Amino acid sequence: MIRSGPGRYLFLALVALLFLFLLGPVLLVFPISFSADSFIAWPPSGWSMKWYAAMLEQPTLGVALRNSLILGSIVTVLALAIALPAAVALSRGTFPGRDAIMAGLTAPLLLPTIVLGLALLIIFVGQGLIGSWPGLILAHLLITVPYALRVLVTTLGTLPASVEEAASSLGAPALQVFFRITLPLMTPGLIAAAAIVFLVSFDEVVITLFIVGPHLTTLPVALFRYVESRTDPLVAAVSVMMVLFTLTLVVVLERAVGLRRAIGGKAG
Amino acid sequence: MGRFGLLPLLVLPAVAVNLLTFLWPMLNLAGLSFREGMPGGGIGTDFTMATWRDLLADEFYLEILLRSVGVSLTITGFALLAGYPLAFFVHRSDARWRNLLVVACISPLLISAVVRTYGWLVILGDRGFAPSLLRGIGIDPPRLVFNMTGVIIGLVEILMPYMILSLLAGFGKLNQTLEEAAASLGAPPLTVFWRIVLPLTLPGILLGCLLTFVLTISSFITPKLLGGGRVLLLATEIYDNAIVTLNWPLAAALSLIALGVFGAAMVVYGRIARAAERAIA
Repeated sequence: MIRSGPGRYLFLALVALLFLFLLGPVLLVFPISFSADSFIAWPPSGWSMKWYAAMLEQPTLGVALRNSLILGSIVTVLALAIALPAAVALSRGTFPGRDAIMAGLTAPLLLPTIVLGLALLIIFVGQGLIGSWPGLILAHLLITVPYALRVLVTTLGTLPASVEEAASSLGAPALQVFFRITLPLMTPGLIAAAAIVFLVSFDEVVITLFIVGPHLTTLPVALFRYVESRTDPLVAAVSVMMVLFTLTLVVVLERAVGLRRAIGGKAG
Repeated sequence: MGRFGLLPLLVLPAVAVNLLTFLWPMLNLAGLSFREGMPGGGIGTDFTMATWRDLLADEFYLEILLRSVGVSLTITGFALLAGYPLAFFVHRSDARWRNLLVVACISPLLISAVVRTYGWLVILGDRGFAPSLLRGIGIDPPRLVFNMTGVIIGLVEILMPYMILSLLAGFGKLNQTLEEAAASLGAPPLTVFWRIVLPLTLPGILLGCLLTFVLTISSFITPKLLGGGRVLLLATEIYDNAIVTLNWPLAAALSLIALGVFGAAMVVYGRIARAAERAIA
């Protein structure tokens, strides 16, 4: 459309500005985390590592981080264990109501998390699940199983069915075909699904906010509460660690399947 | 029983999770809006329209609904204006760079909304980046956080990746030779844009707008933190009624209203998309 003259430079300048707008909030957290001030101020009056030291001495956030890592790991294992059989059934089987089941299983992603959180809160209070590990795990399965299912169904859809057919026509039993042929071929999809489930669980805040109790909280919820009450560069230091952690996972994901394909369908 | 006779049974664990954490809680929520909230968090046991009656009679909630829809439309508009040039640039860039640029556009999605909202506090806060920049060029900065301005700026950025993804998905039909043909026949650049580029990318635009609108309505973290409790929207009202004032029937009714707004947005999207399709074809 614009490929010459001053128009092109204007367009490029606009694009650069928009990229800065998009990435600015994440980028500025890095310098602020080295601020020597005890409040957010730009430019900082001096530089220091004191907020990183403070982060290590902050018991609440440390425990919350540990909780988030444990929760993310448990949820990743369970979500894959639940979604993988379902994905196999939905993509290899032909039975009535298959499309409706797929739609129903991914429906939670279409609804606002604030509504899902409230709905869970009310049920969980009655069952004594508020502020408990089973409650948190169930709440995170609600939103991670649909993601895992979507990635795995897509993965199975792109696998050539002919290899499986060849194996079973040679007399291999169905289970053996699955474990010896299908599952190894699915490895990239499984890695992607695991990474997405972990990230979604690790970042989930709205639903979790309804479910946590005074003695059991996750890192995003603890950060939310912290930022709600005061804003000092401590959160910047924690944010930097979270961004670096996420970047590592993204590199793994990109290597395994390509980021765009992996989160292309994410909607909420 | 064929070879796949037992195969459908494999969906059962996933269905069980869905029933337990989704269907049951959502049906229960809908039912709860027909109970009455008692002072101190109690809930009446009888079927009543009282919650709905009070809600619909109270202008405060009508105001919140209208404000939520208005703010969401504003944010959707800004996200489109900001996302379109970026998506266009990414679409047209060399294959070599395109992947990297796409990752740059959507990687913010993978970073916690709390972190990104905190980033906006760093930029917009009273002693933050933007006010100090404005002071540097001699402008007395207006208040940028703990008001509607902050919420709008923050949400436009936070939801922009969804808009860009939708636009990129819809840019597939865009063909440079069409534009070149039009330009070589003497069409000025703006005419080429209005008559060729815009119609071809309209499906992506509409999808991006639907997605951004719906996500804004359900956004909670950013309005809460950047609004500083002064920006009252549907989502923040739901939370406050559920957690602070403990009026669950009211929170449930407000949730159903939010779902109603979702449904309405999808109907409007469907109508516009069909009309656009007819107009282009």
